[in-house]
Amino acid sequence: MRAAVPATTSFPRFSRVVRPGFSAWAIAGLLALPVGVGLAGAMLPAVGYMPALGGTTFSLAPFRALFAQPGLAASIGLSLASGLLTTAVSTLGVALFLAAFHGTIGHRVARRALAPLLAVPHAAAAFGLAFLIAPSGLLFRLLALPFGFDRPPDLLILGDPLGLAMMAGLVAKEMPFLLLVALAALSQADPDRRMALARSLGYGKAAAFLMTVWPTVYRQIRLPVLAVTAYASGVVDVALILGPSTPAPLAVRLLGWMNDADLSLRFMASAGAILQVAVTGAVLGIWLLGERLTGAMRRQAATTGHRYRRDTGFRIVGSLPVALAGSAVFLGLLLLLVWSFAGFWGFPDVLPPSYNLTTWERVLPAAAGPMATTFLVAILAASAALALVVVLLESRRCQFRAAAGRAIRLQPAIAGLIYLPLIVPQIAFVFGLQVLVMALRLEPTILLLAVVHLIFVAPYVALALADPWYALDPRYEQVSASLGHGPITRLFRVRLPMLTAPVLTAVAIGFATSVGQYLPTVLIGAGRLPTITTEAVALASGGNRRIIGAYALLQTLLPFLAFSLSGMLPRLLSPQRRAKRAP
Amino acid sequence: MGLKRVAALACAFALIAGSTTWAAEVDPTDWPAVLEEAEGQTVYFNAWGGSQNINDYIAWVGDTVKERFDITLNHVKLDDTANAVATVVAEKAAGKDENGSIDLIWINGENFVSMQEAGLLSDGFATKLPNWRYVDTDNPSVTIDFTVPTNGQESPWGGAKMVFFADPARSGPIEEMPDSADELLTWAKENPGRFSYPAPPDFVGSSFLKQVLIEKVEDRSVLQEPVEDAEFETVTEPLWEWLAAMQPLLWRSGRDYPDNYPAMKQLLADGEMEIIFAFNPAEASAGIAAGELPDTVRSFVFSGGTLGNTHFVAIPYNSDAKAAAMVVADFLISPEAQLRKEDPRYWGDPTVLAMDKLEPADRDAFAEVDRGIATLPPSKLGPVLAEPHASWMTRIEEEWKKRYGS
Repeated sequence: MRAAVPATTSFPRFSRVVRPGFSAWAIAGLLALPVGVGLAGAMLPAVGYMPALGGTTFSLAPFRALFAQPGLAASIGLSLASGLLTTAVSTLGVALFLAAFHGTIGHRVARRALAPLLAVPHAAAAFGLAFLIAPSGLLFRLLALPFGFDRPPDLLILGDPLGLAMMAGLVAKEMPFLLLVALAALSQADPDRRMALARSLGYGKAAAFLMTVWPTVYRQIRLPVLAVTAYASGVVDVALILGPSTPAPLAVRLLGWMNDADLSLRFMASAGAILQVAVTGAVLGIWLLGERLTGAMRRQAATTGHRYRRDTGFRIVGSLPVALAGSAVFLGLLLLLVWSFAGFWGFPDVLPPSYNLTTWERVLPAAAGPMATTFLVAILAASAALALVVVLLESRRCQFRAAAGRAIRLQPAIAGLIYLPLIVPQIAFVFGLQVLVMALRLEPTILLLAVVHLIFVAPYVALALADPWYALDPRYEQVSASLGHGPITRLFRVRLPMLTAPVLTAVAIGFATSVGQYLPTVLIGAGRLPTITTEAVALASGGNRRIIGAYALLQTLLPFLAFSLSGMLPRLLSPQRRAKRAP
Repeated sequence: MGLKRVAALACAFALIAGSTTWAAEVDPTDWPAVLEEAEGQTVYFNAWGGSQNINDYIAWVGDTVKERFDITLNHVKLDDTANAVATVVAEKAAGKDENGSIDLIWINGENFVSMQEAGLLSDGFATKLPNWRYVDTDNPSVTIDFTVPTNGQESPWGGAKMVFFADPARSGPIEEMPDSADELLTWAKENPGRFSYPAPPDFVGSSFLKQVLIEKVEDRSVLQEPVEDAEFETVTEPLWEWLAAMQPLLWRSGRDYPDNYPAMKQLLADGEMEIIFAFNPAEASAGIAAGELPDTVRSFVFSGGTLGNTHFVAIPYNSDAKAAAMVVADFLISPEAQLRKEDPRYWGDPTVLAMDKLEPADRDAFAEVDRGIATLPPSKLGPVLAEPHASWMTRIEEEWKKRYGS
């Protein structure tokens, strides 16, 4: 048996693996490549080239057919509005909430409530909201008794032509996400000293926060905000459940054309995919313009000399958006639970007259397999994403070896590549990706599915981990290095243990992202790898609220466990860590 | 992992997958050979997964064929059959001519015609299946799907007939319900906001438009031929007139539509809609049994006839489990499987078999099926209106989208 090798000898080997630059580029390139290939796969049919369907010449006919579609302008308008309004309301809600509650008990309550809110998949939250606000939903059942109506009012609430219900559903899910990243960024924005300074100049609490702390927080969370913008402009599942149908937003119509039995529509659908990319691009452009505008307005407000001291009313109003979104999602989830146990439950009964276990007895045996698949794929994708992201972040840090206290960020080009899957609408490139996977004769396996999920999981893990990773005081590792420990030892004995909480949160976010994937799972899994999400969507088409409730809850369960564990593990591990810190 | 190694891995995958067997045709006339080849094969059956009843029925089929023929049946639950068609298209586009991901697909109408025209289906096999001898071949719709001959490229699975449902506890006696499209319009004038139909291209929604078209058209025979541009407008004019009158009377004033027929069941249960319809005569009984509908709901049809058709299973050209897929298709038309399917406790879908071709014991068993309190007996289902040629559906959907879909 060989003697234990001193840890220091691993140093040269490690630095070869993480050669600054190359591995980062390789990883970023690998993650972005499928997006590029998928887009190319949409681009060719969009200009008429798809030999399998007889398209061998280039032409603009697919685009002409696309622009001749009735109601296309309305669809584009819906996508634009959805991208902009959802993000504006969500961001504003987060800013107001933090301004009103920073450093108070509300702040801590919100932090606690975030994990379960984030765990609810978009589709489940949308169904919950539908059960709440539909004319036959809980709210109108509560109103039915005092106002004496025995059947639901004929009101167009779900699927309203302006897409308000859809945007409400999106806001309810995106606001908690932005709040999470904002809370993480807050600690680095030096809020206490900035607030103290602004308060000493006589500003009210909320104004002090919005003028001194928020701009820094926003700069830090800009990327997640842009990701929300892109997502909301190309969303499919929430739009299908809550959005208008005549016409539907562009992404939904695109999916319809892609899946149409009339195969010639594929050309037009590909042109539509390119249009979707353009629409999302336009939304992002408008958002960036809006950023400048609000920045200018804020500066103007700051130079008027107003101190905005009386802000009690403002603080009550400021708490509303986040509180409404949070309670809507929780109430919706509760409704899903009640429906899954309900017998016949007609309008206007507020609670079901009878309960039974029939739904769960039928659902559970059928759901076991998909649950296992979901778990395996998600854990594989999330761990692989973590490994890649750590290598990526470390290789960048190596270039700043001695720069203590200096802010490190990923090179813009590399960041652009990793975050590409967050900015390019999924629906625009997954169909092209599907053709590539088939052309490579890749069989649908758990591993392949995990690799495809990795494309969407890795950016979120990077998003969650980058800031805490670079914020850790480098002097801990310098001390460790001075004791003769090599980089691998330092990584596993110092850095990772000290960053347990953010690392686990990042893994949980990655895990939840994988669980929620629908289109890539259906297309790449070729239906042979049903996950709880694909089953939920297929069964939801039957419109049975009991089944929908049961599956939405099952869909929430895995991410919820992941988030709970990520919150609990660091505390469980902490005695050991304390011992390590203070020997 | 370096780029090179990934590329190498991808190549290796490609080689392994490329070396698998070719999707050869299977000859169903040599049935013992088919059974032998089918042993141990896995069939990926792509079928709409929106109904728990149907899912449970397919699971039962899976258990049975596993036990008897050593075939593994995996139900791939679809939210729309067109997705499966799109998958086969994508596979053909990628040159994946063997080892395709779909072995059996639940299909009919325009989806079938699309696949047949694009050469995405296996050679004809249905009429050579052993259990074909029980099939009711006097019913033209088992070999002619939406006026297009099936050439045996799909095997019948069940019958469908449009039936309407209402709740007499809310809406008055079932006998006083409308008896034609015109009467439905009159009823809607008296009860605005209580009727609607799923927006085309939903299958049931499009079928409802065809029902109205057949009732209102001057000469029904033109619908049996492929649509011709010149005549489309004049032939369908009565349909658009009827719809224009109906539009403001619809649920939500026609500004939104139910997603599909299961969504209409929920709307009936909540009292938002008072008349709904489905393609399965036992839908209401099954809905009552599942706690989705109040037990006061009953069925009715138009005495002048309602649309009827047959739904099928087909085998894509690139399946590599064709033998097993045929064995499953054959089992699906066995008296045993058809009997269970007709029982509303399991599904309630009408059989495609001819009673006079069955053994006496099987015939008795069919006669004894309890169709449920809200299901009309076969004798009261009224005449069947034949499906128009599939091209009419496509054109009507386009035109509808132009007028109401945007």
